[in-house]
Amino acid sequence: MNPAPPVTGPVVGVLALQGAFSDHLERLAAIDVDARIVKRPEHLDGVDALVLPGGESTTMSMLLDTSGLRDPLSDLLGDGLPVFGTCAGMILCASDVLDGRPDQHGFDLIDITVRRNGYGRQLDSFETDLDVAGLDAPFHAVFIRAPRVERVGAGVEIVAEHDGIPVLVRDGTCTVAAFHPELTNDTRLHELFVAQLTGN
Amino acid sequence: MSAESTGTFPVKRGLAEMMKGGVIMDVVNPEQAKIAEDAGAVAVMALERVPADIRVDGGVARMSDPEMIDGIQAICSIPVMAKVRIGHFVEAQIIQSLGVDFIDESEVLTPADEAYHIDKMAFDVPFVCGATNLGEALRRISEGAAMIRSKGEAGTGNVVEAVRHLRSILGDIKRITQADEAELFGWAKDLQAPLPLVQEIAETGKLPVPLFCAGGLATPADAALAMQLGAEAVFVGSGIFKSDDPSPRAKAIVEATTHYKDADILAKVSRGLGAPMTGIGMDEISVKYADRGW
Repeated sequence: MNPAPPVTGPVVGVLALQGAFSDHLERLAAIDVDARIVKRPEHLDGVDALVLPGGESTTMSMLLDTSGLRDPLSDLLGDGLPVFGTCAGMILCASDVLDGRPDQHGFDLIDITVRRNGYGRQLDSFETDLDVAGLDAPFHAVFIRAPRVERVGAGVEIVAEHDGIPVLVRDGTCTVAAFHPELTNDTRLHELFVAQLTGN
Repeated sequence: MSAESTGTFPVKRGLAEMMKGGVIMDVVNPEQAKIAEDAGAVAVMALERVPADIRVDGGVARMSDPEMIDGIQAICSIPVMAKVRIGHFVEAQIIQSLGVDFIDESEVLTPADEAYHIDKMAFDVPFVCGATNLGEALRRISEGAAMIRSKGEAGTGNVVEAVRHLRSILGDIKRITQADEAELFGWAKDLQAPLPLVQEIAETGKLPVPLFCAGGLATPADAALAMQLGAEAVFVGSGIFKSDDPSPRAKAIVEATTHYKDADILAKVSRGLGAPMTGIGMDEISVKYADRGW
């Protein structure tokens, strides 16, 4: 499916239960990263980092249970497996979720409170340019029924804001975005994530 | 901080991208909407009657009562879609004003215009349209559709037309990627589609918007068949709430759509679901909804 991987680079798994996982795979392939889909527990073997894509967080939460992925994934993430979550992926990583479903459980990896669909319905979805710490030029970001960050815990780094609201935050090896870097051809945020893995 | 833009094409297409790998379910009341969301649907399609009932009842099928759509929006946290008649741009204006997340300009309802589809660029809400072949798909995209669904034959519980339409669309896309520059002019003419879209397909090998499958899917195996053929997600209409036991079937179809290549999982989720909707053969129906649309 992907071009021949580099021999020494990190292997990035992309959670592929539902959502825009193919777009993440394309962005990662464009920067020559060995990226593979994760649908079943055995797909986690040999994975050095994980991407949690955008999609419907309620659907993904249910499929995490039925696929048997929730526990092994939770163990790996708890042990510090680096993760990049976008939109629904942000919700899965957040410590606190408002307006979620009662049976919707995440991985509690980063101390933030997010409100599901906090920007409103699809008619309130938008695109805009963001200034991102560590990038020279603005990043064009697409927000789709995005989660809204309502609280950021101590020690969580705000990497980008929109109208004073954090939209890209990081704590150690966990990076989460309210928007969709997988929907544009700009690979800089994927490069930043991978650079963190290789220490470059 | 720079300005934000709403209702742009990337923002419309973005929501379609988020539904990939998922199941969109037809619902006719808030109770069904709840069952659909609980089962893991990525969106619900709010309508008055499922296509199987529209087929039986006959008469003119129109957009749903706004009150009914309000009720479904109130109970759902996932995106809500609603259908309007082909060419009925006022129904679309009304549905958009309700804050619905996606509009389906649908051949399942009785067409309002026999020459023109809705100018979908004029709206902020994204549209999905049906198509039986690539030319139809590209005409809808040029009018502003942010998602295409292969039409199949709604309300039949018979997957044969869905397969025909998917194979036709994807087969022509494959053939276009083999064509040389000069041949693309012929393709655009034959498909009655804009040349730039044909040239884009020659380069990318796919539609410029997500391609989902609809019309006649009734089982987990049907959903997986559509996905293996190349659909990026599925719509299930009558197939769920016209079956014996909707909730487990809905959940099984969601799992089958995710694990569509995994026969062991497909076998597991197909067990003990009760009777699917009965279904009808193509030679038994008097009206083919797929023929509606131009």
